[in-house]
Amino acid sequence: MNLTLKIWKQSGPKEKGKFVTYTLKEISPNCSFLEMLDILNEQLINKGEEPVAFDHDCREGICGTCSLYINGRPHGPDDAVTTCQLHMRKFKDGDTIIIEPWRAKPFPVVKDLIVDRSAFDKIIQEGGYISVNTGGAAEANSILVSKPNAELSMDAAACIGCGACVAACKNASAMLFVSAKVAHLGLLPQGRIEAKERVKKMVAMMDAVGFGNCTNTYACEAECPKLISRSNIARMNREFMCAKVS
Amino acid sequence: MAELNAKVPTGPLAGKWTRYKDHQNLVNPTNKRKLDIIVVGTGLGGASAAASLGELGFNVKIFCYQDSPRRAHSIAAQGGINAAKNYPNDGDSIYRLFYDTIKGGDYRARESNVYRLAEVSNNIIDQCVAQGVPFAREYGGSLENRSFGGALVSRTFFARGQTGQQLLLGAYGALSRQLKLGTVTLYNRHEMQELVVIDGKARGIIARDLVTGKLERHFGHAVVFATGGYGNVFYLSTNAMGSNVSACWQVFKKGAYFANPCFTQIHPTCIPVHGDYQSKLTLMSESLRNDGRIWVPKNKEDAEKHRKRLIKAKDIKEEDRDYYLERRYPAYGNLVPRDVASRAAKERCDAGYGVGDTGLAVFLDFEASIKRLGKQVIEERYGNLFQMYEKIVDENPYENPMMIYPAVHYTMGGIWVDYELMTTIPGLYALGEANFSDHGANRLGASALMQGLADGYFVLPYTIQNYLAGEIGVKRMDTSKPEFEEAEKSVRDRIEKLMAVKGNKSVDHFHKELGKIMWEYVGMARNEAGLKKAIEQIRALRAEFWKDVRIPGLAGEMNPELEKAGRVADFLEMGELLALDALNRNESCGGHFREEYQTDEGECLRNDQDYMYVAAWEYLKEGEFQLHKEPLKYEEIEVKQRIYK
Amino acid sequence: MNSSFLHFSSITKKIWMAGLGLFLMTFLLVHLSINLCLLRNDGGEWFRTAAHFMGTNYIIKGFEIVLFGGFIFHVLLGIILQLKNWLSRPVRYRVTNKTPTPFLSKYMIYTGAVVLIFLVIHMFNFFFIKMGWVGSPVPFLQEGEPDFAGVALYLFSQPAYSIVYIVLIIALGFHLYHAFQAAFQTFGLDHKTYTPFITRFGICYAIIIPLGYIIIPLYFLI
Repeated sequence: MNLTLKIWKQSGPKEKGKFVTYTLKEISPNCSFLEMLDILNEQLINKGEEPVAFDHDCREGICGTCSLYINGRPHGPDDAVTTCQLHMRKFKDGDTIIIEPWRAKPFPVVKDLIVDRSAFDKIIQEGGYISVNTGGAAEANSILVSKPNAELSMDAAACIGCGACVAACKNASAMLFVSAKVAHLGLLPQGRIEAKERVKKMVAMMDAVGFGNCTNTYACEAECPKLISRSNIARMNREFMCAKVS
Repeated sequence: MAELNAKVPTGPLAGKWTRYKDHQNLVNPTNKRKLDIIVVGTGLGGASAAASLGELGFNVKIFCYQDSPRRAHSIAAQGGINAAKNYPNDGDSIYRLFYDTIKGGDYRARESNVYRLAEVSNNIIDQCVAQGVPFAREYGGSLENRSFGGALVSRTFFARGQTGQQLLLGAYGALSRQLKLGTVTLYNRHEMQELVVIDGKARGIIARDLVTGKLERHFGHAVVFATGGYGNVFYLSTNAMGSNVSACWQVFKKGAYFANPCFTQIHPTCIPVHGDYQSKLTLMSESLRNDGRIWVPKNKEDAEKHRKRLIKAKDIKEEDRDYYLERRYPAYGNLVPRDVASRAAKERCDAGYGVGDTGLAVFLDFEASIKRLGKQVIEERYGNLFQMYEKIVDENPYENPMMIYPAVHYTMGGIWVDYELMTTIPGLYALGEANFSDHGANRLGASALMQGLADGYFVLPYTIQNYLAGEIGVKRMDTSKPEFEEAEKSVRDRIEKLMAVKGNKSVDHFHKELGKIMWEYVGMARNEAGLKKAIEQIRALRAEFWKDVRIPGLAGEMNPELEKAGRVADFLEMGELLALDALNRNESCGGHFREEYQTDEGECLRNDQDYMYVAAWEYLKEGEFQLHKEPLKYEEIEVKQRIYK
Repeated sequence: MNSSFLHFSSITKKIWMAGLGLFLMTFLLVHLSINLCLLRNDGGEWFRTAAHFMGTNYIIKGFEIVLFGGFIFHVLLGIILQLKNWLSRPVRYRVTNKTPTPFLSKYMIYTGAVVLIFLVIHMFNFFFIKMGWVGSPVPFLQEGEPDFAGVALYLFSQPAYSIVYIVLIIALGFHLYHAFQAAFQTFGLDHKTYTPFITRFGICYAIIIPLGYIIIPLYFLI
């Protein structure tokens, strides 16, 4: 299939960026989206031009490195996949594909389509863990977890931290990401001990780094490649309110 | 040829680790603050080590090339993590886990290390549960176990098909906590370029900031490598795109030994290659072989037609199907071990019976199981895998059989380490997949996660103190010392040399070419002539690389092509050593299969007389390596032949 | 507006926003029940009685202050939240977002602004008369109270006003359509059994209440 690509190019965080148009011919529909970009880069290098920089690593949808806002949708038109698992058969011959980086104040562009998502790490550092040192942990089966809670916790813990929720949200809100971690730990008995402190600190950092507010449009849920539910946001709101009033 | 001393404690196997800990040197809390440790890599080994060392009070600097420590490739592990908890009451024990691991590794692993691994396996589960890893649970709330290959007991703990992810997020959480407390400093998007050795001891690294392209000098009283495996030397593998051997290769060139590089694991059930543009192979869980039947057409004409998309698998009649695993291995059938299944698939495809567009695929058919158990049961067992397959291949595996092919998955070889996980360079340690120690010639499922966390949480934090106790008098060094100066200069020269080539071919071109050579001659089945050819071709390709590679952009900016070029340059040297080691090892064992050394039935023919040793290679100069042997002595285990018929 | 107010966390602000929204929704119900009195063909007698009660009862008068305060707070919070939201994406996307989301959820600030315009008109037509800031189109009652029934009947007698009224009330409906369920989500009241019911109830509320308001001008139009 033949394609026209309009890709955001920006040489550095402080440089001005612009869209550059490329054309690609005879792309196999079985090609993954990132492999399509590989082909483009190979051609650009052979022509002596600068390739397009984009983030990627595992290419099996689990590391959360790949991003890309493709034709108005984070991770492109397919549901429940990351860009690395998106395939060209989801596009039509002759399509024009516009590729942009994630846009959010806390996700500044590093180069071309690469953004800096360390804001997520900062939020986790505020309390996205259980404060336990190595060694001295109790016998594993001394902590019982009900199966439904373990399942719900796992649903939330499946978050890969890619940032699609922020990219999709009209307010660039990180509520789905933060709430997934709050829910994952809050649903387990071992995570309850510091649950109040956790939610307060993580939300404070989420606000401080400049993410927007949730207006319950649920674009995050619709674009999440791991199908993290908005119920987690409700749970975090509840935990936060309880933590504040108690 | 000097014999290597692994510094294994004396006395009975079961008491070695306890005795070691009882008598080792420790560093007191005030001195810990004065000691800096550099950790490279943030996977299970690196993150858990950095967190644990930070908790102890050391000053830790941790480096990763990814944008976040949470993205290290440990995250992609699916199946689970082994531990000898014996929760199902099925007779498991530390000894049994130890025994299975040694046997699974075809008697090429170091006994004392493996025993320690089994010993601390239970602590890992306790630790991870305390961290909030959402392991699967029984209805009563206790932890659930499942069975895995190579064991008669159910000892695998799991969190759906994302165990690696959950364990890594646990370690990442522990690391994040230390980052907040300030005991650990993170350098993300930094790639380690060179080790700094001062007076024979590892004292720091030169790292490149991947965003600005600047070279940085970092001092450490000790340096810890948790940099993963080298599977990407084959270009196509289940590894992440960025996984590389460079850190290990740089220290190899500085005097650390590289052990058993030829021990690579090929996983039989991966989604096949579908075109030249392919960048990555996706693993489909081994568990599929429990209910799937593997076959190819009996007639070449049918295979040919399938390749040309003239017929579908369904159109091939039952009597025209060759269930080759069931035919060749009636006892184990489709459940033969990974290496056997992989080789058998390759054999059929090489003989012209392969299917799919490229002819490099075999069918994994669930038709019989669906008929026998119903679609619902199959969906319950493998629903997510079927879905993943459909997303990638665009074919419904409930209706058409899956197509699979083996792919490079894991590398058992790595930097040689002693019992304390120290390399041959004092003060330099290697953990997890980066070292060679625990899996011998073949790794069992659910053991990689166990090893990464064992090393990081429970082994290194002890053993490193035995070394650091002697370093408390060493003040933090100024990075303007000539050794840092020199190391940085060598990195700069190398980068300049790469940039100066200004050739015509992309880095990926060379990587793909290398991958083809490796896969063809150093892949699933190896022979002397092929290996010699491979070495020749790799050398030629390396020479071409340095003459004709084209790296656009500048060195002093973010430059993904330059990053790749550095890694591929190292793979081009490493591939040669891999082939050389395979050539040296005149036997077949585990993942290393030499066609000359097989039984009449095509099984591995080990040569314990001559090759029951760890092959540790020393770098002399480009293309020249010196072999050192660490003999393997089995005191507690009777060495046997692995038979699967 | 002191800085500590601005430094409330995003979730605290949202919870206030939702709480005040729900409070204002109950007010809509009370107001509607009075408005519907106009449908009784009695020249506005019932309405007058109700308006008299609302205008003179001290408890209600107290509530009036709460209502005003709540409304202002709701509007201010809405603006503050929205400003932060816009600032959170300083560089916009070239392609507008194509994520499938509930349509109206994305336009709360705009439907809210329309409701605010409506309220200004409404205040001008009624509250300002009471305060004596503008003249009344109809004579005052004997007790010196403004004749709100008369004003309402006068306004609805003008088709242009009625049409504008209906359009603005529809915007209010749009605002409510998303608001009800969203408020529960913000409170964290999410449950797999009850949430679908709450959502349906919210939709009904967002249709029935505006419909109730619209019936009145329609009655006078037709």
